Order: sequence, then structure tokens, then C-alpha cells
Amino acid sequence: MKIRTGFLVLAALMAIGCGGPKEEAGGGAASGGSEAGSLQGAVSIDGSSTVFPITQALAEEFMNENRGVNVTVAESGTGGGFKKFGRGEIDITGASRPIEPSEEELCKKNGVEYLEIPIAFDGLTVVVNPKNTWAESLTVAELKKIWEPASKVNNWSQVRAGFPNKPLKLYGPGTDSGTFDYFCEAINGGKGKSRSDYTASEDDNVLVQGVAGDEGALGYFGIAYFMENKDKIRAVKIDGGEGPVEPSPETIRSGKYQPLSRPLFLYVNAKSLDKPQVKAFLEYCMDHAETLVGQVGYVALPAEAYGIGKKIVAERRTGSRFLGETAKGMKIEDVLAREK
Amino acid sequence: MSGAERYGKRLSLRGLKDALFTNLCLVATLAGIALLAILLYSVFRDGSQRLSWEFLSSYPSRFPERSGIKSALFGSLWVVVLTGLIAVPTGIAAAIYLEEFQRRRNWLTELIQVNISNLAGVPSIVYGLLGLAVFVRWMALDRSVISGALTMSLLILPMLITVSQEALKAVPDSYREGSLALGATQWQTIYRQVLPAALPGILTGVILSLSRALGETAPLILIGAVSFVRFVPESLSSSFTVLPIQIFNWTSQPQKGFQEAAAAGIIVLLVVLLSLNAAAIILRQKASRHH
Repeated sequence: MKIRTGFLVLAALMAIGCGGPKEEAGGGAASGGSEAGSLQGAVSIDGSSTVFPITQALAEEFMNENRGVNVTVAESGTGGGFKKFGRGEIDITGASRPIEPSEEELCKKNGVEYLEIPIAFDGLTVVVNPKNTWAESLTVAELKKIWEPASKVNNWSQVRAGFPNKPLKLYGPGTDSGTFDYFCEAINGGKGKSRSDYTASEDDNVLVQGVAGDEGALGYFGIAYFMENKDKIRAVKIDGGEGPVEPSPETIRSGKYQPLSRPLFLYVNAKSLDKPQVKAFLEYCMDHAETLVGQVGYVALPAEAYGIGKKIVAERRTGSRFLGETAKGMKIEDVLAREK
Repeated sequence: MSGAERYGKRLSLRGLKDALFTNLCLVATLAGIALLAILLYSVFRDGSQRLSWEFLSSYPSRFPERSGIKSALFGSLWVVVLTGLIAVPTGIAAAIYLEEFQRRRNWLTELIQVNISNLAGVPSIVYGLLGLAVFVRWMALDRSVISGALTMSLLILPMLITVSQEALKAVPDSYREGSLALGATQWQTIYRQVLPAALPGILTGVILSLSRALGETAPLILIGAVSFVRFVPESLSSSFTVLPIQIFNWTSQPQKGFQEAAAAGIIVLLVVLLSLNAAAIILRQKASRHH
């Protein structure tokens, strides 16, 4: 008797728990069907956490207009995204660098053909504490002196004659990050080339907190995190050989902010284009990226670029034009010229 | 020095040691509680003003002020309920088999026993890899709620079985002997006598392991729970997200508003956990009172 009540209560609890979401889901589906969008089905997106805010914004707006479509966005990193993409498990992957030969190999092995669409530009931003009054700008050579693998620099006075005698503390992304890969290539001139005795975190907010609380700190990450934390940290102008340039949407768009500007891509499984909802989503992306990309802190490409993107989708133009390259120091026009 | 003096000295020294030890234990206890209090304080300070019906009933958004936790909350409930439906009967049945039907140990049960204890110590990320290979890829269940629930079931089964076994072991043999002597079959004995007596212990195990399933993140990230979902699961094959993943995702966003949303999400997770535990305590007390 007693035991039965026990089990009954347990079962009832489970039933309640189970019934809740199902009912909810039923209601959701019904309302989805009745509203405008006749499109149905799912779009699965994965890949770079740098591209995540862009794809998230596009997915959100797209779903507001097409209630029947479920767009999911995950963030496994550029490399992690390509692993799933190469197995044909997802429709779209975001990448903060072009596809690598080994990843293309994986796609070939599994018969995955893909489209490559540039979606935005990002500028890696070198930041210091607001109390740091001396480092207005840094040259690429100085950055390299600080960050190269054998570097023993631990004081600002070692960076440039005239800088004060203050301990230098370094903050940066961990080695799994596409941002780390790109910085190594652009500053230290080689894959994974970086000193390793710095405070590393995959979570850029940790880096922001670190730099904000330490007078002698220096760190780097994508521009979106700087834009949201302008009151806590200061960006350093970068001298890539043609004088110091401040990172901003304008300097990144014009190609002046070098060599730390980088293109961001979407890679699309060509087979997924047969699904009407995926195709509709991509068309939506090309129509609305220009406004949405800026809203989430990145730099939109010129309208022409999204026109080219649309053409790539319409013509199902497969393959990469940047295979294995770092796209280092590439201006928006260069990227466009290649994709045309 | 007389014996009495020496005795008095020793006595005060012993008293001192006694007090010292008591206070040490008190500090150890308070340390844990103080940390918890600090955590709760900071979470409530950041998140309480974000908590509202709207927060619970809206989907995540790129705008922090419009973000809600609905898809993660339902995703977590789906995973936990499914995990419970799969793991609880399996775990209890395994424990009954090992404790009641195979009371005389042989090499097979010995082997199973050793493996269960070993599995309980395997890091959760390994279960994620196993789930990815077996459920997502080999069984082609995809990155769905059911893959997540099956993986979580594997994760909590060792703990569930061990705790249930202990609960069954604690039932005095006189119960079984009395029941069998009255002519009950072994199944009747287990169902009517042993299980009710062991129920409070088993329930504790069930709730502890389901709480673990609720808070666990690593294996679900591996098998592909996604960060941004604007719908609740509709079937076993739906994509999903869970509370810890949603919270983690928010903490890594640049906008300050998302830190508040994350804090509010933590409160929701704590409330769900506490209600699970409260349900366990009530059930356990009911079960043991009847006995």
C-alpha cells in the first residue's frame, strides 16, 4: 500500500513534468502554423564563438518573421564547427578564419560540398588599463617583442625606451580560439607562435576584467568586447607601418587598421540548399546582414559584398577561395575581388 | 608535583584540546556555509531584478533585456524527466538483481560490481564522448533531447545503482525470511516488503543523481546541446539547450545586461534544484512514516 502511494506520487510528478513541455510545444506549433511564414523545418548552425553574435542576431530576426522555422545556433569554435560540418551534421558553420586543407579533406571524404560566404569584418583590439597613460600606440614590432614565443619582456620599460618602469601583465585568449590563431599569424608570423606565460581564457569577459583591474595590463580580443566595455578599458592604436591607427568600424572598413583586421565567413553545406528554409535563411542573411552586423559590434561589409553572397547562393558556387590562407592583412576589397 | 596537580594540569590541557577541536569543526562548517552565502548574495544582488514572469516565459535574444530562459528551462525539464524515466527503473532493477536475486556472489556479479564502482568515478566528459559516438552517430539519434537523456542516464546509473544497493542491504533479513515463511514468492517479498522498507534510501539516491543530471553541462556540450534555441522541445528528436549551458553562454557575452540575465538564470536553476530536493525530502518522510 505505502509503496504504491510512493510510486504513484513519483509517477505523477514525472507525468506533470512531462506533460508541461509537451502541451507548451503543441501550442507553440499551432500558433507557428497559423502565422505568416509557410516555411517549416530546421536550420542548424555551429562554429566560431566570434561569429556567434552575428548568426544569433540573424537567426532571431529570421525566426520572428518565419515562426515555423527553428534555427539553432551552437558555438563549438571555428575548428569544432568544421569537424561537425565536414561530417555533414550541420547546415552552416561560422568561421573566424578560412577553411584549412585538413578540414577540406574531411569534407571531401564525406562528400560534403560547401559554399563560402564572407559575412563581416572583425578587428582584433589590443587593450590596456585606462590608467595607462604612456602606451598611446604600439608598433607591430613592439607587439611581436612582447608576444613572441621566447619573449622575456615583463616590464613596460623593455617595450620602448621612455615607457615607465611598470610591470607588464599579459592577458589573451586560449589556444583553442580562432582569435589566438589569427593574432599569432598576424603579429608573430606563424601558426600557434606565442609565448605561453600569460593569463589565458576562452571567456573574453575574464580578459576584460583582468585588464580593467590591473594598471600594467595588456590584452587582446575581438572589437565587440572592447565596444561594450569602453568605460573600463582603452584601445591601443596599432602602427602597421603607416602610422598609428585606432581600431574602429571606419578604420576596419577602410582597410587602414592593419594587420589585425580579419574577415569572418559562413560556410554552407551545398546539400542543405535543397531545404527551402536554409535557402530562405541565407537570402535573409544577405538582405539584413548590413544592418544587423553593426548592431552586434562588428563591421558590416559593403552592400556589394552581400550581393555577391546572394549570387554565390543562387549559383551554388562551391569551394573556397581562401583555402589554407590566413587572410592576414586582407582588405575588404581584396576579399570581394576574390569572391566575385 | 603531586598526582592531583598533574592530573589537574592534564585535565585543563585536555579541555583546551577539546575546545580547540570543537571550534575547528565549527570553522570548517561555517566556511562552506559562508561561501554559499556569498555566492547567493552576489547572485541575488545581480539577478533578482531580472527575475519576472517575462524572464521565465520568453526565449533568449541578442538583446539582454528581452532575453528569457524558457527554452533552457523546458530543455532541462525534458532532459531530467526523460533521464529519470530511463535511469530510475533501470537502476533500481539492477540493484534488485544484484542484491536480491544474486545474493550469493559469483564471478559475474563480482565483475559487474567492480565495474559499477569504477564507472562512478569516470569523468562526465567521457560519458559525453561515449554518448556522441554511440547515441548521436552510431544510433543516428542526432543532437536531440533523447541523446542527451540517454547520455545523462549512463552518467547517473552507477551512482543510482550503488545507492539503491545500499538501501536494499539495510533492510533486515528478518523481513525477507518472515515474508517467505508465510508463503510469499520472492517477487512478492521484494515488492511488498523489501522495496517499501528501502524506498526512503532509494529516493535519496534518485534525487541526488537527478540533481546531478540537472547541473551537468560538459557531456551535453559534447553531444551537441546548442546555445541559442528559440523553441521548446516538441519531441524526442528536438534540438535543445539546458539551464547551465544557457547561463554559461550569457556569462561569455560582452553586454553587461547578459551578466544579470545569467545571475537570474542561476536563481532559476537553484530553485529547480531546491524543489527537486524538497520533493525528495517530503517523499522520503512519507515513505518512512508509513513504515
